[in-house]
Amino acid sequence: MGAILFLVLAVLTVVSALTVVLHPNPVKSALALVVTLFVLAVIFVLLDAHMIAALQIIVYAGAIMVLFLFVIMLLNLQNDDPDRGRRRLVLRGFAWAGGLVLAIELALLVRGAPVGTPGAAPAGYGGAAAVAKSLYTDFLLPFELTSILLLVAVVGAVVLAQRQRRPTIS
Amino acid sequence: MRETIGITGGAARTWLRAVTGIAGAFAVLDQYIGVVMTFALGAVIVLGMVSGSMIFGARSTSRRAIKDEVFECGNPSTGPARGRFAVHFYLVAILFIVFDVEVVFMYPWAIIFRQLGIPGLIEMLTFVAILGFGLAYVWKRGALAWN
Amino acid sequence: MELIAVGIAGVKALLVLLMVLSLSAMLLWVERKGSALIQDRIGANRANIFGVLPFNLGFVNTLIADPLKLLTKEDMVPAGADKFLHFLAPFLAVFPVLVTFAAVPFGDQLVIGDTVINLQVADLDIGILYVLAMSSLAVYGVVLGGWASNSRWALLGGIRGSAQMISYEIAMGLALIGAVMAFGTLDLQAIARAQGYHFFGVIPAWGIIYQPLGFLIFLIAGIAETKRVPFDLPEGESELIAGFFTEYSGMKQAAFMLSDFAESVVVAGLATTLFFGAWQVPFLFREGFHFPGGVVVAVPHLLVVALQFVSFIVKVFALCVFQILVRWTLPRYRYDQVMDLGWKYLLPLALANMLVTGVVIVLLG
Repeated sequence: MGAILFLVLAVLTVVSALTVVLHPNPVKSALALVVTLFVLAVIFVLLDAHMIAALQIIVYAGAIMVLFLFVIMLLNLQNDDPDRGRRRLVLRGFAWAGGLVLAIELALLVRGAPVGTPGAAPAGYGGAAAVAKSLYTDFLLPFELTSILLLVAVVGAVVLAQRQRRPTIS
Repeated sequence: MRETIGITGGAARTWLRAVTGIAGAFAVLDQYIGVVMTFALGAVIVLGMVSGSMIFGARSTSRRAIKDEVFECGNPSTGPARGRFAVHFYLVAILFIVFDVEVVFMYPWAIIFRQLGIPGLIEMLTFVAILGFGLAYVWKRGALAWN
Repeated sequence: MELIAVGIAGVKALLVLLMVLSLSAMLLWVERKGSALIQDRIGANRANIFGVLPFNLGFVNTLIADPLKLLTKEDMVPAGADKFLHFLAPFLAVFPVLVTFAAVPFGDQLVIGDTVINLQVADLDIGILYVLAMSSLAVYGVVLGGWASNSRWALLGGIRGSAQMISYEIAMGLALIGAVMAFGTLDLQAIARAQGYHFFGVIPAWGIIYQPLGFLIFLIAGIAETKRVPFDLPEGESELIAGFFTEYSGMKQAAFMLSDFAESVVVAGLATTLFFGAWQVPFLFREGFHFPGGVVVAVPHLLVVALQFVSFIVKVFALCVFQILVRWTLPRYRYDQVMDLGWKYLLPLALANMLVTGVVIVLLG
C-alpha cells in the first residue's frame, strides 16, 4: 500500500516539475513549483521526517515561492515566446537528449542499488524534539554560521534594491 | 446540465475511492489520516463552492465589450494592466524569508529550551543579536520606511 | 481495522469543517447586526420566504437569501484575465484556511465502549507548525487574486495585501514562541491538556497567565493577517472598491469573503487553544467538577465532553466577536503605518518577549 502511495506521489512530483520547466506562462510555472514542493513535503512525511516537511512548506513553499511570484509580477514577465527558428529547435533537441541521458543513468544507478527493507526508525525520529536536540548540540556551529549567512543576505538585498531609485507606482 | 451532474457524480465516486485508498495507506502514520481526510473534504467543499456560480449562475445575455472591461469607476483603462511596481515589495519579501527562517530555527529551540538551560539561552541570544543587527541595518537604511 | 480509523477521521474532519463554515456564516450575521447596533441603525432585516412568514427576518437575509443571490450571479471573468488563475485564486484563498483546523483540538477524548476517540482531527506532534504552514499558504489566494484580474488596481491591492500578510506572519510566529517555551511542546492537544491545572487551586493555568504579552502580539498580528479593519487597506472598501477581489462575482467573491471570516475563526481558534485553555472548563476534570472548597460533583462522561466542546465554541466565538468590535471601532491605518507596526514594533517586541520568557524560565529552574 505504501508503495502505491509513493508511486502516486512520485508521478505527481515529476509531472509538476515538468510543468515548471515546460509551461510558457511564468506564473503558472511558479505555481507548479509550489505544487512540487508540497508533494515533496508529503514524501518527507512518509519518510518520518515530519519536522522537515513542515519547514519545507513554511519556508520554501510559503516564503521563497512568494518571493518568486513577487518578482515575476513586479517585472511583469511575459509568456515565453513560441520557438521560432532552427537554432531554437537544435537547442531544444540537445536539452531533451541530455535529459534522456540523465534519466537512463539514473535508472541504471537505481537498478544497481542494493535492495533491502530499511530498518524501522527509532521512536520520535524526525519529530521536532529529535531535530532540535541534534541541531543545538551536534550542529551548533553551523547554526550560528547560518545567522551570519542570513545577515549577508539581508545586507545584500538592501544594497541591491536601493541602487535604483526610479519613480515607480507604489 | 444533466451531463454535468452525471460527470460530477462519477467523479465524486472515483474521488471517494481514491481518497479512502490513500487514507488507508496513510493509516501507517495514523497521525495524518485526519489531515488527508480534511484535505479531501475541504477540497470538495471549496471546489463545489467556487464553481457554484459557474454552474448555477445566470448565463450572460449580452456580450458587449464594455462588460468585459475591468472596473475603474467609469474611466477608460489607460495603459497596460501591469506597470512596474516599487522595488519595496521585493525587499519586504526578502526580509520575510530571512526572518521566517529565523522563526523556524526558534521553534525547535523553544521545545527543548528547558533541557538546554543557560547555554541554550546564550546560543539563541547570539543568533537573535546577529539578525537583530541586520534588522537595525535595514531600519537605518530606510528600507522599511516608505509605503 | 484501518477502515474504521479512516471513517472516524472522516467524520471528525467533516464535523470540524462544518463547524468552521457555520461559525463563519454566524459571524457574517453577527457582523451585520453588530455593526448596525454600533452605528445606531437597524441593519439588514428585510427578508421573507415567498411572503409566507408574517414578519421579516434579518438572518434569513444573511444566511439564506444572500448566499442564494451570490450563487446565481453571473460569473464574469474580465477580458484578458487568465481563466484558470481566476478560478484558482478564490480556491487558494479559502482552502488552506479551512484545512488549518485539522490540528486544533475541540475536546478532550470521547470514550465509546472500548475505543477512545481523541477529539481532534489530527493529533500532530508538530501541530503549531502545521497551522503556521497552512496559514502561510493563504498568501497565494491574495496575490493571485490581484494578478488574475488583469486590472492595475486589483494587482496593487493584491501585492499590498500579500506584503502585509507576510509581514505579520513573522510577528505571529514569534509571538507563539513564548507559549511554546512555556509548554515545551508543539502538540496542540498536549498544550490544551497542560492548561487543566489551577494555580493555588483557584486560578486556571491558562496560557494568557504565562504569556499576556504574547497573546496581545498574536491577536494584533492575527487581525492584521486577516486583513480586517484597522488593517484592511488591501481591501480598501472606500478606495479600491474591493481591492484585490474587485473583478470577482458570485461565489468566487463569496469565497474571498468566507476566507476573511474563516481566517478570523482560525486566529480565534489558535488563540483559544494556546492562551485560553482550549476546551478546558475551569474546575472541570474528566470525572467531574473539583471546586476549590473541596466540593466534588461527579459528571457523566458525555456531559463532560459536551461541556468542553461548548466551552471551546464559546471562547472562539467570543474572540471573533471581539475582532468584529475592533473592526467597527477603529479607523483604518495607512499602509506605511501598517508596515511600521509589523516590522518596527511587533517584531522587536515579540523578540523581547521571547528573551524575557527565556530568562524567567531559566531563573525559575
